[in-house]
Amino acid sequence: MQLIINGKKHAYDGDPDMPLLWYVRDLAGLTGTKFGCGAGLCGACTVHVDGAAMRSCQLPMSAVEGQSVTTIEGLSEGGDHAVQRAWREHAVAQCGYCQSGQIMQAAALLAETPKPTDADIDAAMAGNICRCGTYARIRAAIKAATSAVNA
Amino acid sequence: MSAADDIVNISRRSLLGAGGALVLAVTLPRSASAETQKYGADAQSGGWRDDPTLFVAIAEDGTITITCHRAEMGQGIRTSLAMVIADELEADWSRVRVEQAVGDEARYGNQNTDGSRSMRHLFLPLRRCGAAARTMLEAAAAKRWSVPVAEVAAQLHEVIHRPSGRKLGYGALAKDAAALAVPDRGTVTLKTPSAFRYIGRNMASVDGLAMTTGRADYGIDARLPDMLYAVIARPPVYGGKVKSADKTAALKVPGVVQIVDLPAPTLPSAFQPLGGVAVLATNTWAAIKGRDALTIAWDDGPNAAYDSDVYRAELERAARAPGQVSRSDGDAEAALGKAAKRIAAEYYLPHLAQAPMEPPMALARTGADRCEAWACTQDPQAARDLIAEALKIPVADVTIHQTLLGGGFGRKSKPDYVLEAALLSRAAGGKPVKVVWTREDDLHHSYFHTVSVERLEGGLDTSGRTVAWRHRSAAPSIGSIFGPDPKHQLPFEQGMGLRNVPFAVPNFRAETCAATAHTRIGWFRSVSNIPHCFAVQSFVAELAAAAGRDPKDYLLALIGPDRTIDPRAMADTTNQGEDPARYPLDTARLKAVINAAAKGIGWGRSLPAGRGLGIAAHYSFVSYTACAIEVSVKDGELIVERADIAVDCGPQVNPERIRSQMEGSVVMGLSLATLGEISFKGGRVQQDNFDSYALTRIDAAPKLTEVHLVGGGDWNAPPGGIGEPGVPPVAPALCNAIHAATGKRIRALPIGEQLKI
Repeated sequence: MQLIINGKKHAYDGDPDMPLLWYVRDLAGLTGTKFGCGAGLCGACTVHVDGAAMRSCQLPMSAVEGQSVTTIEGLSEGGDHAVQRAWREHAVAQCGYCQSGQIMQAAALLAETPKPTDADIDAAMAGNICRCGTYARIRAAIKAATSAVNA
Repeated sequence: MSAADDIVNISRRSLLGAGGALVLAVTLPRSASAETQKYGADAQSGGWRDDPTLFVAIAEDGTITITCHRAEMGQGIRTSLAMVIADELEADWSRVRVEQAVGDEARYGNQNTDGSRSMRHLFLPLRRCGAAARTMLEAAAAKRWSVPVAEVAAQLHEVIHRPSGRKLGYGALAKDAAALAVPDRGTVTLKTPSAFRYIGRNMASVDGLAMTTGRADYGIDARLPDMLYAVIARPPVYGGKVKSADKTAALKVPGVVQIVDLPAPTLPSAFQPLGGVAVLATNTWAAIKGRDALTIAWDDGPNAAYDSDVYRAELERAARAPGQVSRSDGDAEAALGKAAKRIAAEYYLPHLAQAPMEPPMALARTGADRCEAWACTQDPQAARDLIAEALKIPVADVTIHQTLLGGGFGRKSKPDYVLEAALLSRAAGGKPVKVVWTREDDLHHSYFHTVSVERLEGGLDTSGRTVAWRHRSAAPSIGSIFGPDPKHQLPFEQGMGLRNVPFAVPNFRAETCAATAHTRIGWFRSVSNIPHCFAVQSFVAELAAAAGRDPKDYLLALIGPDRTIDPRAMADTTNQGEDPARYPLDTARLKAVINAAAKGIGWGRSLPAGRGLGIAAHYSFVSYTACAIEVSVKDGELIVERADIAVDCGPQVNPERIRSQMEGSVVMGLSLATLGEISFKGGRVQQDNFDSYALTRIDAAPKLTEVHLVGGGDWNAPPGGIGEPGVPPVAPALCNAIHAATGKRIRALPIGEQLKI
């Protein structure tokens, strides 16, 4: 089977049940996407599949055949997506581990809802756990990225 | 003095002696030990270093590389320590990069990153380190110009000859400076604080770009060519072992290359891995599938009957009878008997798991006579010592590369998982092996936060003043993982808010009650401060209610007049490892954070029905924190409207990171208060993943969090901790607010569904 990751073609003929997460990390060597729970409960492994935020730990390779996957490494050249910039301006990251997933989730939110309300933000981001507790800054950074996107 | 009081060595790792056996340092008689007692960084294994040749390298192009020898786990230490050195060095921050040290305490001094100690212990040594490097650059320039050193001054990455205006960049001076002897620390002049460029400023993380682009490397991200991935089926009960294992199906899983039996440790297991059956495969998924295909019969061992409900009843029985005296002032028993009003309350706090978002992870390559590991560890030297001992090779032949940590919270102070990787690499003939812990592994095999029953009784006089206080605390001790179960909290645990309670109560008694450990007990961010503070600060509000007084005013009155208290006067022999003369408890500072939090939240304002304010304060890790919370409760639904947290940690090196640590502490405190519980049945943890062990998510975080930095400004004042002190007051502040909003007093955590009843 084939799929596209960050614009690059990948061929795979292994276990079709292997979650995309482990393909991306172990086989493709793109380690920016993180493992947190393996059960779709924490959002650390969030990637975009044809533009939609998805939990890569819950997506078997058979489900992404022919699709286009974007990981944190492919979100922008040089980390200059509005969300990434806002994340740095608001010093969101503490340990940083969940932030790839948070950023991918937030980027998908803004792509779909350019002016999210507080309730939209909470609803879209509630699937992403941050054990360091950076939620206040995540909210602030999303709002800042919103203004950047809408400027 | 009880036997436990003789145990003074509270350093976490120094509880470990050779062979993993517990060696508790016993004090010499006081007269003999007076001169030899060490405090602070001096008392940590490996001590401290201020030698610039260890931490500063200047390239000829002027790039300065600062070596960070403490673990980065979100507290921002890679940035903060580098700021301190760079400031004294007069370096241009844009030309500074930070490199992570390998684990080597003989070289770098103590590297065990826990106990909220890094800045507390290293601020001054690393200022001297930067200043010494600056002095060497100035000397090199003066020599080059053949001018008196008094005529030159370092300024922003160059040295200037003041009379002539000549300048030389640090890069041009690097080689000459490096050839000079490091000046004696007594001769090094520190900057005057008004000249600080970075210290005291909000500085962005040196890892900000990497962390927002997926390029930051954590333990799970370590890779080597031809490495194998391992997941391990560990005994589900602490102390259990494999009775029999059928590996046939697992070996048929494509990608599985080897299955390795790991021996069970003897109990208590200290930092030893738990044993079990490891599946090695060419990728993580194959290893997980292989493990799923194992059929294992377990011998559950001595803790097979551990049951949290039964255990809670045991702790309650223990806390309802006299225990060992931890502190006794006056005569609490008599005063309780004579009190005009007497109240009692019993609080319960369950086990917790640290659950860092990155579970424990390690990669190792073990050759015949050496081992190299990459790991997200808080304590690389402990990992090194553990591996050297297990492999029977010299410590010098074990190299630990410290990655970023995807959270630590105390779990990653214990290097059991690093040794697992080393043992498996050896079993795989020296192939590199990365051990991956799944979330289930992390929750089932944590070193769990203690579980406790805290029983308090208080006596009020006719004016409503508290005249008697008795606190009985029953909780298994961390000491139980290192040696014979002490069955009582050790002095360092008692010094986390059980005995060192600065209340002006004439009859004060604290006791520990027996509690036997049935699982691995370990450090969780803030440790025993969590249960002690929850009980003490909830009970203060209960006393205030009994007296018909405002809880904030009552708390301030209990603390009483401004004074400094020698911790030893509160029977606290440990004082978080710090010199009691340098670090007395200052009640004015405690009251100041209470007032700041109260002011922030608008204490005393009138609120609609269903809303309430709560407040709590705590002294821990030689810092002062208070938290005030506003909640609304409607139809059993809890909303945290606002949290104000105030902290006084002495010098504020990077205020921005202090704020973020406080913001995060509020969320972690809310999480443990509302949701956190690890429970056991049949010796097995009942929670598997983030569905059953729920954590606070963004939709339950406070709508607004305000951090108030109190104190600071005196750069000679002894620094306090920051990573942990924010957590303890959050849960009691929340429950006090719920009481104010609803009249319901929460005495058992987590709150869970209690507001719906």
